[in-house]
Amino acid sequence: MLCCTAYFLLPLIWLFITTTKDTTGIYSSFGLWFTKVNHLFANVKEVFSLDDGLYVHWMVNTTIYAVVGATGAALIATAAGYGFSKYDFGLKKPLFGVVLGSVMIPMTALAIPTFLVFSKIHLVNTRWAIILPSLISPIGVYLMRVYSDTAVSQNLLEAARIDGLGELRIFFSISLRLLMPGFITVVLLSIVSIWNNYFLPLIMLNSPNLQPLTVGLSGWAQSSISGASGGDSSIQAAVITGSAISLIPLIIVFLILQRFWENGLSAGSNKE
Amino acid sequence: MERVILAKRSRHGKAGLLFVAPFMVVFILTLVVPLVYSGYLSFFRNRLVGGVSFVGTKNYIQAFHDHAFWSGLERVVGFFFIQVPFMLAAALIFALVIDSGKLRFPKVIRILIFIPYAVPAVIAAIMWGYLYGPNFGLLSQISRYLHTPSIHFLNGWMTLPSIANIVTWEYVGYNMIIMYAALKSFSTDLYEAASMDGANGFQLAWHIKIPQLRPAIFLCLIFSVIGSFQLFTEPYQMTPLSPAALNNSFTPNIYAYDEAFVSQNINYAATISFMLGFAVLIAASFVGLVSRQSRKRAINV
Repeated sequence: MLCCTAYFLLPLIWLFITTTKDTTGIYSSFGLWFTKVNHLFANVKEVFSLDDGLYVHWMVNTTIYAVVGATGAALIATAAGYGFSKYDFGLKKPLFGVVLGSVMIPMTALAIPTFLVFSKIHLVNTRWAIILPSLISPIGVYLMRVYSDTAVSQNLLEAARIDGLGELRIFFSISLRLLMPGFITVVLLSIVSIWNNYFLPLIMLNSPNLQPLTVGLSGWAQSSISGASGGDSSIQAAVITGSAISLIPLIIVFLILQRFWENGLSAGSNKE
Repeated sequence: MERVILAKRSRHGKAGLLFVAPFMVVFILTLVVPLVYSGYLSFFRNRLVGGVSFVGTKNYIQAFHDHAFWSGLERVVGFFFIQVPFMLAAALIFALVIDSGKLRFPKVIRILIFIPYAVPAVIAAIMWGYLYGPNFGLLSQISRYLHTPSIHFLNGWMTLPSIANIVTWEYVGYNMIIMYAALKSFSTDLYEAASMDGANGFQLAWHIKIPQLRPAIFLCLIFSVIGSFQLFTEPYQMTPLSPAALNNSFTPNIYAYDEAFVSQNINYAATISFMLGFAVLIAASFVGLVSRQSRKRAINV
């Protein structure tokens, strides 16, 4: 069992050890041990100064896309799940069926069509090109519906209505608080998915200034391999160190909030 | 009492539409409209002479006979069969072992196996690209030290398994967590009764836990079908490392991307995207069908 765990950590351990090496060190030393000189500081400096500090733009972009996208996605998914759970209206069954069915639609098969539409309405190469598609989380709607079924009781709603509260007021001041754990689960699921998204930003964004870390690092890595950077071998060390730095925020989020994952995911897997 | 509550729900029913509306608006804009527009585009063709014209199903007929598309599709199906069973089996075993209570640090091990899910596919591909390096990569360093023949990971027939390894590394933890969460929700009464009857851990797992995990396993299976057919990032990122093996139609998605952005054939790219979408739909529906059949069989037993 421990061997298996080591397998999962191997590339990451290699990555973080290699951040202390310069490019010649990468190729001349054993992958899992250090070289004599510690180049970590130089590498970090290289990451942040390469291409006039483009890396910082990428970090800011990734954070904006992930936070705005995830919060928005969780809000509308919670509202929708709540609506499906607590109310009966004519189109309810077919609409919910469509939402669930959309989970089956391959996201990447959807990205190129979305690009085509967005380029017609001149949204390509803007932040909205990433944020808007990130706002729909059909899984989030499903999770929040299941959660609303149990977390918010119908009797509570009735009592609030008798007290004269309107539906919106009830939602924002009473129900949302009860739904918070599920809400946070959807936020986390969305943050990971948006943070790690590659295909969508790859095709939507041309300007390096708008790209997230995934697209930016990918570009650096590909140019370092094909030698397009004209013999500037320090780019390889920048790719390694840049990748390592980009992993830190998400891993921290993971470690701190891993309990919410199980609570949220189990709602979807045990349907009986 | 229940009829009173149902009547009250209907009275305020219209408010439900209000709550569902924001989601549906974005849904239509970012899902329905692109699908419809893309479907529309797939019936047209843009030629050097004559510009854009309606060609009916000609694009689809071309795709049907397109060797590049079918070889890519064949490849992702093959990828599915070599990667998914192994990954799901590993996830299942890990979940069961952690749930068995016989492990020393279950929480730590659980989190460590899950960590790769936090790593973007691009970075996973970069890391494993270095590890796979034929001369200086860590794996060939180790094999040189052990005097075993070194493996050329991104060459010939090893290419697909090497990529499968990366994807498995990324997602075992995610699938394991889904199964583990399901395991945690089962009642332990049956376990106690079975233990008193003398059942050991393996028997508990095989006869009691695994059958109850069927819905979770099928959920993971459907996600895996949807994901593996759309394989793009890992092979695309590693293309410069092995341009001969990883060509521009290695997977259907890579082919669609190449058609759209390199060859500028957006109409044909739309067609390929739809063909891939249909393939995923068929495969996922098939898995759903099998899952319902197996559930019926389980109930009849």
